[in-house]
Amino acid sequence: MVWTKKDLLGLEYLTSEEIELILDTAESFKEVSTREIKKVPALRGKTAVNLFYEPSTRTRVSFEVAAKRLSADVINISTETSSVRKGETLIDTGKNIQALKADIIIMRHNYSGAANMLARALDISVVNAGDGWHEHPTQALLDMFTLKEKLGKIKGLNVAIVGDIAHSRVARSNIWGLTKLGANVTVCAPEILLPVGIELTGAKTSSNLDEVLKKSDAVNVLRMQFERDEGTAFPAQLDYFKKFGITEERLAKAKKDIVVMHPGPINRGIEMSSEVADGANSVILEQVTNGIAVRMAVLYLVSQAKEAKK
Amino acid sequence: MKEKVKILDQEGINRAIMRIAHEIIEKNKGTVDLCIVGIRNRGVFIAKRIAECIKKIENIDVPVGALDITLYRDDLALASGQPLVRKTEIDFDINNQNLVLVDDVLYTGRTIRAALDALIDFGRPKSIQLAVLVDRGHRELPIRADFVGKNIPTSHKEAVEVHLQESDGSDEVLIAEKA
Repeated sequence: MVWTKKDLLGLEYLTSEEIELILDTAESFKEVSTREIKKVPALRGKTAVNLFYEPSTRTRVSFEVAAKRLSADVINISTETSSVRKGETLIDTGKNIQALKADIIIMRHNYSGAANMLARALDISVVNAGDGWHEHPTQALLDMFTLKEKLGKIKGLNVAIVGDIAHSRVARSNIWGLTKLGANVTVCAPEILLPVGIELTGAKTSSNLDEVLKKSDAVNVLRMQFERDEGTAFPAQLDYFKKFGITEERLAKAKKDIVVMHPGPINRGIEMSSEVADGANSVILEQVTNGIAVRMAVLYLVSQAKEAKK
Repeated sequence: MKEKVKILDQEGINRAIMRIAHEIIEKNKGTVDLCIVGIRNRGVFIAKRIAECIKKIENIDVPVGALDITLYRDDLALASGQPLVRKTEIDFDINNQNLVLVDDVLYTGRTIRAALDALIDFGRPKSIQLAVLVDRGHRELPIRADFVGKNIPTSHKEAVEVHLQESDGSDEVLIAEKA
């Protein structure tokens, strides 16, 4: 299995073999972060640019840490303080970064498909760090990596994704990735947050959380994205917590060893209670640690693919 | 590959590894502060066998680690294939240890150069010694082995293949003309 893609845009576009290669490579990279000197020279002399059109701390920092542990130089561009404010188009910004001889652009954008468009326009690598409601591939990869680490496999697992499915790129990437590796995915949300046609991706839908939890080996709890609320779609916060919040009482009726995940940042008391977030089933902070290994693997593979093409 | 010539058989490999184990103990005046690190993949298997031999001789368990040098290769940017990154597992402290680095074949010396760089990231051993099953010559860097199973003079046109039970199902060292 050889990696040939210069970009990582979404899990929809990858084969199960390619996804497994990323996960296997990440397993090797995880050890680097346990060393006293947490650095390997694999991307020495390469430049990675974090181009974020949306606020983000954890993903941006995770990519920055990953790139630095591979010895790449990292430049952070926040659109708040860049020429984007003066009306520069995305493609122009990208071409300027390419002209600076950067090697990888890591981009977050509020428009679905922005990463695909940029990747087509440039010769350098583009890694999608989240685009609109479309995909957030590295988040799904780190979720899958954590699942595999905890439960030993992906194939055959029953995984529930609970919460704001409609607005969630994390949900979409997880559905693509998990179903490709043979897991059974059920998305669970109030009907108003279940997008039309989501079952075409291979996921089952439900609005009965207790029923879904009973059968699940793992539950991925999404954040309620109140910043995307247009004022109509979202149930009142307290009401949502009652019907879809993950609580200890709910977990008591689920499988004993159910793995509880959350991509962060958590709204405590809305999607899940504090007891669950900090409880024995929660792997939320392990997800953060694993995110570095997964992103190291992605940065390494896309830059290797580009080298092979030359 | 054209015709292959067998240079070492199973007994030959076993004897070479046993002799290396004796030489390691002799040079280090015992097994105090001794540890062994094999380079993936076959170096790890040979490292484990050396440790077993030391156990037989001295009845002491010497810690054995595994080192993957892919990320330290000087030809990473040029490599035509895509080297798979494998796990490094050194779960003991190498500071102030006499560390024996083990590989199957010593050729240009570039793998060992990468391994030395990687090891230094794990700490500062008292000494690093090099043990190889086969030294085939043609060094491109100033590197030499402290313990050698067999010296095999070769030409660049030849390929040396080390087969081990653990990875290949049989124990033998072959030399062949490259096709």
